[in-house]
Amino acid sequence: MSDATTDAATGGPVLAADGTPLKRSLARALRRQKWRALMLIAPLLTFILLTFILPVADMLFRSVENSIVEETLPRTVVALADWDADSGELPSEAVFAAMAADLKEAATAKTHTKVGGRLNYESPGISSLFRKTGRKAKKFDLEAGGPWKEALIDINDGWGEHENWRTILTYSSTYTAGYYLNAIDMQVGTNGAEMRPEDERIYMKLLKRTLWMSCLITFACIALGYPVAWLLANLPMRTANVLMILVLLPFWTSLLVRTSAWKILLQQQGVINDVLVWIGLVADENRLVMINNQFGTIVAMTHILLPFMILPMYSVMQTIPPTYLRAAKSLGATNWTAFWRVYFPQTIPGIGAGSILVFILAIGYYITPALVGGTKGTFISNEIARHISSSLNWGLGAALGAILLVVVLGLYWAYDKIVGIDNVKLG
Amino acid sequence: MKPTKILLATTALVAATGAANADGHMANEMTLVSWGGAYQASQVKAYVEPYLAMHPEVKVIWDESSAEATAKMRAMTEAGNVTWDLVDATASDAMRMCDEGLIEELDHDAVLAAAPDGTSASEDFGDLIVSDCFVPQIVYSTTFGYRTDMVGDTAPTSVCAIFDTDAYPGKRALQKRPIDNMEWALFCDGVAKDDIYDTLSTDEGVAQALAKLDTIKSDVVWWTAGAETPQLLADGEVVFGSTFNGRLFSAIAEQDQPIGMLWDMQSYDLDGWVVPAGLSEDRKARVMDFLKFATDTQRLADQAKFISYGPARASSAPLVGMHATLGIDMAPHMPTDPANATNVHVYDYEWWADNRDDLDAKFQAWLAK
Repeated sequence: MSDATTDAATGGPVLAADGTPLKRSLARALRRQKWRALMLIAPLLTFILLTFILPVADMLFRSVENSIVEETLPRTVVALADWDADSGELPSEAVFAAMAADLKEAATAKTHTKVGGRLNYESPGISSLFRKTGRKAKKFDLEAGGPWKEALIDINDGWGEHENWRTILTYSSTYTAGYYLNAIDMQVGTNGAEMRPEDERIYMKLLKRTLWMSCLITFACIALGYPVAWLLANLPMRTANVLMILVLLPFWTSLLVRTSAWKILLQQQGVINDVLVWIGLVADENRLVMINNQFGTIVAMTHILLPFMILPMYSVMQTIPPTYLRAAKSLGATNWTAFWRVYFPQTIPGIGAGSILVFILAIGYYITPALVGGTKGTFISNEIARHISSSLNWGLGAALGAILLVVVLGLYWAYDKIVGIDNVKLG
Repeated sequence: MKPTKILLATTALVAATGAANADGHMANEMTLVSWGGAYQASQVKAYVEPYLAMHPEVKVIWDESSAEATAKMRAMTEAGNVTWDLVDATASDAMRMCDEGLIEELDHDAVLAAAPDGTSASEDFGDLIVSDCFVPQIVYSTTFGYRTDMVGDTAPTSVCAIFDTDAYPGKRALQKRPIDNMEWALFCDGVAKDDIYDTLSTDEGVAQALAKLDTIKSDVVWWTAGAETPQLLADGEVVFGSTFNGRLFSAIAEQDQPIGMLWDMQSYDLDGWVVPAGLSEDRKARVMDFLKFATDTQRLADQAKFISYGPARASSAPLVGMHATLGIDMAPHMPTDPANATNVHVYDYEWWADNRDDLDAKFQAWLAK
């Protein structure tokens, strides 16, 4: 402030002791400080960049990357560009000859099966078409072996199928939107993008289910966790410590053990059903189905994620002086009004922090839903896991993952707009 | 010396000692990948312990990652750092990895031991060599077990009992994938065994199979890990359950559970070794030496002492004897035993390699409905 006034008073820039303008000198000093700070966090930054951000970016890049077709079948891709897929006719002899040359080269380099596997995601059968043709392709005599149209169709009928050539043409570009279309239950049809047949639509349904069930789990955690956090913050130290251990103990137990424990409790011949039958509430032949459905997933995940809700709420509640409540009551508030108008608003930052933690963790869960969710209680992450580890369609897995990431960021943004992210406290 | 330099130097030293070896040709360390559990234990007893007795300088590291072998192999190959030396994989996974160029193509007669009577390896393994990259080890089957105390007086003899909820009420455990289930459904819907894959190649055939599965959908518990079915059967949660026959054998013979075997329409499958592509010379030399030993006639027969999976070599079959600890004759528990193999389903690898993605999508959509 005083700088500004002297600045205004003298009309020239304020100089530092060495004669440089104060602003520049200050900026230099601050820059050096910033660099020092940056150097201090540099190891962490590089670590995160190398082990987290780069791999994630690389994986997400696969959702659009499609250079394999172009690289393995370069001649065919060029030759096929002139072919009109809607003409109803097979490509010309030149295309077949290009394919023969590409196949010969690919089979020698053993890459023909790779491109076959890629195209098989779009059109079943192409995988074996390439594998079977590849066995003979190494011996192709490119000079004298033609005409290749007859020769290739002779080796495998698949080369005479219009649909296969259309697939190769559709997926010949370096980048494709195909995986994303697939991830939202669409496909590239004869007239551009179209919905998949009814019996193949699955991902949008799973995404909606994931969001809906994660919300439900978050609310269940708030309802169950709030009283516990309140007790933790308000009981005498000794009792609170015991209670705290009870909250943390399951937190330290392996996720698989806790999920399996729920299996034992909830199954039809399980502990809960046995007790219900024993006290006569449920008939032996009508035991409740509480697992391998949405109920099982919600119960198990609520239990597993509960500590993530309780801990932030507890640390916020601990900072609220009990005198506020007493003051409210002394001014004539009822118990409810004192809680609802004075105490509860102060705990909202804790609820917000807990909810974000629980919701974001829930949305990406896949082990627990896979074990107790049956068919109706599985999440989109189960499909992502399947594509990464068993179907090996990494492009589709990446596209699904990217969509999930965007949805989470979108919800985070909405949360910031509605509640305000500054309003979140971990303690 | 700076700390980083010391670190580099020690790493180099460790790498050098790891690479250096007794006879100058073979690495002394070998990472084997398998499934864990009783199956891996049978491999340790039958192959690895005898091999280590002959080569005490060798160190074997196990990685129980076979269930994700293809995904991990692809990731390691892309990263240019394959740490595995020999991988146990199912035949369909082996075909997939071979297609992707992740594993080595082998000349079976050159790298594997001949049978004691001189029959060449390729002839001894016969049709079981379903891929050039694959060395078969065992024949196993996915088949059904049932609770003997929950099926009433008439024990089921046909796989179609699964679809008969009137005669056999209660839940059934099926694997959460289309393979096998679609075939069983069509077979029980009256499709002749030889026509199953032709039928399944059409949209109507897929719809027919799913419609048949629809009749029991509300009674099915879907499993993903092989250990789930024996547990569900033991708890009385399900009446029937499909799983690998060795799992059922250990529940019946070793744990005395009231479970019976339903061998009808058992689905044969193969499991074996594959060698990652691009191993260094010394590592490859060690692996090939071990592979030759581990897949010879006697070793494959020995494995059957510990687990009820059939040896993949024809010449091993007559050598199968008693269980190592229980002292029971193993032959009647093998999926390949003539009494168990009266009606088997032969799973078509080539067909599934082509159609798996498509059917998976339809099956998952059907499940979510």
